[in-house]
Amino acid sequence: MGLRSLLGACALSMLALAGSPLALAQADKPAELKIGITTFVTGPASVFGVPGKAAAELWIEEFNAAGGINGVKLAPIYLDEGLGGDNLLSEYRRLVQEQGVKVMLASISSGNCNIIAPVAEDLKVLNILWDCSTEKVLEDRRYKYVFRTQANATTEMVATVLYLLRTKPDFKTIAVVNQDYAWGRDSWEIFRNTLLALKPDVKIVAELFPKFGAPDYSTEISRLSALKPDVILSTAWGGDLDTFVRQASQRGLIKKSTMVLPLVESSLERLGTAVPDGVIGGMRGDHYYLHPEYKDDARHKAFVQKFRAKTKAYPIYPVYHMVQALEALAAGYDKAIKANKGKWPTTEQVTDAMRGLEFRGLTRPVRIREDGQGLEDQMLGVTRTLPGQPFATLTNLTLVPASLVTTPVGQRSPEWVKTVKPDLLKSPAIKTFPDAGN
Amino acid sequence: MSPSMIRILVTLGALAMVGLGLALPWLKTPAIFVLSYGLAALGVVVMLRGGQISFGHAMYACIAGYTVAFIQRAHPETDGVVLVIAGVAAATVAGGLIGVFVVRYRAIFFGMLNLALSMVLFSLLAKLYEFSGGTDGLRISRPPLAGVTLERDGFESVLLVASVAIAMFLGWLVQRYFRSAAGEALAGVKTNEARLEYLGLSAQRVLWFGYVISAALVGMSGALFALVQGLVTPEMGYWLRSGEFVFIAILGGSVHAFGAFLGAVLFELIKLTAAAYLTGVWQMLLGITLIAVILVAPTGIAGLLRMGTRPTEAHR
Amino acid sequence: MTFDLLLLALADGFSYAGLLFLVALGLTLIFGVMGIVNVAHGSFYAFGGYTAATIALWLVERQAPTFVLLGGLLVAAVVVGVILGTAVEAGLLRRVQDKDPILQLLVTFAAFMIFEDLQRLIWGAQPQTAAEIVDRLGNVELFDVTYTVYQVILIPAVAAIAYLLLRGFLRRTRIGKQIVAVTHSREVATALGINARRIGWLTFLIGAVLGALGGALAAPITSLVPGVGTDMIVLSFSVVATAGLGQITGALITALMIGVARSIAVYTMPELEVVVPYLIMVVVLLIRPSGLFTVAQARRI
Repeated sequence: MGLRSLLGACALSMLALAGSPLALAQADKPAELKIGITTFVTGPASVFGVPGKAAAELWIEEFNAAGGINGVKLAPIYLDEGLGGDNLLSEYRRLVQEQGVKVMLASISSGNCNIIAPVAEDLKVLNILWDCSTEKVLEDRRYKYVFRTQANATTEMVATVLYLLRTKPDFKTIAVVNQDYAWGRDSWEIFRNTLLALKPDVKIVAELFPKFGAPDYSTEISRLSALKPDVILSTAWGGDLDTFVRQASQRGLIKKSTMVLPLVESSLERLGTAVPDGVIGGMRGDHYYLHPEYKDDARHKAFVQKFRAKTKAYPIYPVYHMVQALEALAAGYDKAIKANKGKWPTTEQVTDAMRGLEFRGLTRPVRIREDGQGLEDQMLGVTRTLPGQPFATLTNLTLVPASLVTTPVGQRSPEWVKTVKPDLLKSPAIKTFPDAGN
Repeated sequence: MSPSMIRILVTLGALAMVGLGLALPWLKTPAIFVLSYGLAALGVVVMLRGGQISFGHAMYACIAGYTVAFIQRAHPETDGVVLVIAGVAAATVAGGLIGVFVVRYRAIFFGMLNLALSMVLFSLLAKLYEFSGGTDGLRISRPPLAGVTLERDGFESVLLVASVAIAMFLGWLVQRYFRSAAGEALAGVKTNEARLEYLGLSAQRVLWFGYVISAALVGMSGALFALVQGLVTPEMGYWLRSGEFVFIAILGGSVHAFGAFLGAVLFELIKLTAAAYLTGVWQMLLGITLIAVILVAPTGIAGLLRMGTRPTEAHR
Repeated sequence: MTFDLLLLALADGFSYAGLLFLVALGLTLIFGVMGIVNVAHGSFYAFGGYTAATIALWLVERQAPTFVLLGGLLVAAVVVGVILGTAVEAGLLRRVQDKDPILQLLVTFAAFMIFEDLQRLIWGAQPQTAAEIVDRLGNVELFDVTYTVYQVILIPAVAAIAYLLLRGFLRRTRIGKQIVAVTHSREVATALGINARRIGWLTFLIGAVLGALGGALAAPITSLVPGVGTDMIVLSFSVVATAGLGQITGALITALMIGVARSIAVYTMPELEVVVPYLIMVVVLLIRPSGLFTVAQARRI
């Protein structure tokens, strides 16, 4: 007994530690990390989804060339959201169950996110909501495996209401033309509740919900032309927004009423001269290639140039969102690997690392809260086409920090927005850039 | 092919399906989809016996699926067995009510009216967002099955075995129906309705009975689909879906109930192969297959395999 | 709903009805003569639209004047109608003409599926549009609401002209009368020496061109994506079935009815807008099973 047994005990305990669960908490380091990415490749929304895919391809190429995550390269597999919710779900399951994919970036459509989130949780795969906004996903249920690397509908809509009231405080009537699915309905609910909380005497003269992918808005435009509201809101995006703006422009509606189009940034280049001055527009975050704080930032500039070389177009906000999601993924893995002492982490370890993660895409940094929701600052502006320019830019830019306009953890948005106070309009945290966008 | 031969084939098929599903877990969901589509095609086959083709039968799958979703939304702890029974019951009752009107029509008008009704249902479900979830549909979470709460893997296994059993049972039941007096009368509606009436039988009633059976079959398909997919959308009732059911029925052949399932297997195989190797052309492949079948083997796979018990049951 | 709004609804309804009528016209003509419900008609519409968009884009790049652009749309319709129509009729329908009508219908359904993928292979999945033409033609004011000339004047005009031309053709020309004869009774017409097969082919082509024309005219005001044919075909079925298969004037009236009803719905009950055509179809079919305008048919025993 004595020293020998003490040494023996130490050796035994070291062996035990080596074989303990702590050491077993290590997945095998894969040859490559397969990630599933859903985006719209077909249908009207593809004008939005295809740039997102191009962004992923560009970013992943660069990332893999630089070594990937600890030497593990990313292998993306793309799924088409244009096939419809139930087909997407089947494909999603197939990727996870048949091909063993453990990380998914899904989706663009809020409807698809609502469908996929519970399935991801059930299948125990890390699912990053890379573009969809519906606040309901993360508010109705607490997820372990689902995260959002961007803002949600509440942040965006409340910021939009604030900008509208700061720009045009005395309007009397408003109408809405939104796409008839989760995003269109939820975004209007939030916008309406916030507006009524801040301006109770406003009159809503029409609520129109044409179907997602509707090719023709003539009857809606006729009706709005007859009603002549002061403000027309539309949270439509992609091909739908393109069609709506073109037709509204052709028939002069866009000049008669002030249009508020929170997602118009993604359509500006395509629409060219169809967008007149004075349209209030947003960019779902602070994603603008002419961002006053970041237009000369090295990383941002380099990416914009590469993107233009690849697609012949300026990046739009789905591009920024895709980059954010991928940066978050990389940062999350890095954080998990560090916490795991250099070994490849399990999916659970990565999800733990994602909580509270701070990362940066191409513009302002984003932080993920404990409920999985990302805090992303919002920027809005007014369109103006300078002579000689092929398409409109956004000027009079105003930045609204996410912390001001995001529903606190644990509360529900439709109720929280009713408690918004008018003095929020004058909050000193709101930053304006009067000369930006030129 | 003799009945005992067919029975052996069916048993082998069922065992193969269960075996493959348990061996390769990711095959379970597609297998259940195949059975669901097969059941729906079986419903169409029943109508084909009466010489009528409906381009709106998917509405019964839709009704059953949404019933499952609504009941679960109101009472989240409802057992899966209860949900399926409720779904099938809803589809059957709807079939009975709608059937009263629809059986007065024949040929293209029968098809058109069914199409119209299914499109009304589809449009309403797509539009009434607050009520039905709109185009995004409604989610269905895993219910307990016969009192037992199961994890995903176990749930899918049990559902697969149950679906195989249900398919075999209903297929056998439909074959017995075809050979019964009611079933033969249904075939009479196709060959010569006036003579059927001269025999003292009411063609309307015979057709109505067949219609209700077909609605119940399609309803069962919808309920199973809802449980395994975990999601119901208005697309379940869209005319293209009805068209796919008819497609499978013709592919498999209406001479024997087993044909519907053979057709469903072929259909799903083509879809999976196309998705894996030739993305974006699965519709083209299916279209070409259908044309080939119609031109070369209009009695379908079951006809080719001579599963019809009598020569007169083959197509002209 | 005020009188002004009703007039506005009529204006919207007329333009919508014009397109619907053109497509339904082709469909009902084909059924009348050949007894087949042509599901591939949706593909004629879609291909007509895509081809028109491509031609329009090409012409705009060459600074073509407006009437050439419009002519381009027409050319697209004729080319698509003739090529696809012949492909379907000669390639498929002739081979199944002695089979069960169900199988004939399914063959057109299979053709539709093939065309859907073909269209995606040719034109891709991104939306195509030819909005330039609408811009060129300018606007017109009606009760303080601005409409585009293209929509409220051009489309209804083309639909009306097509209707009158077709009616004149069927009533006054030799071939037209032969078509009417074959529609009434194929057997008797053949006995009288009419080449029913050739008439069938010709009618199918005319029907296909009309369907494609609907698509070509729609190209400037809508965006063409995979799936446009699918929605249009079931919508035109609703017009054709409600009017009565083979009824041309009936199709015009029904298209107007459905178009206006839909417009009024957008103004009064927007939630029901999509349901309206099918609701009308159900109600009419329940009351008059063969459609609003069909004459009674003798039952063969």
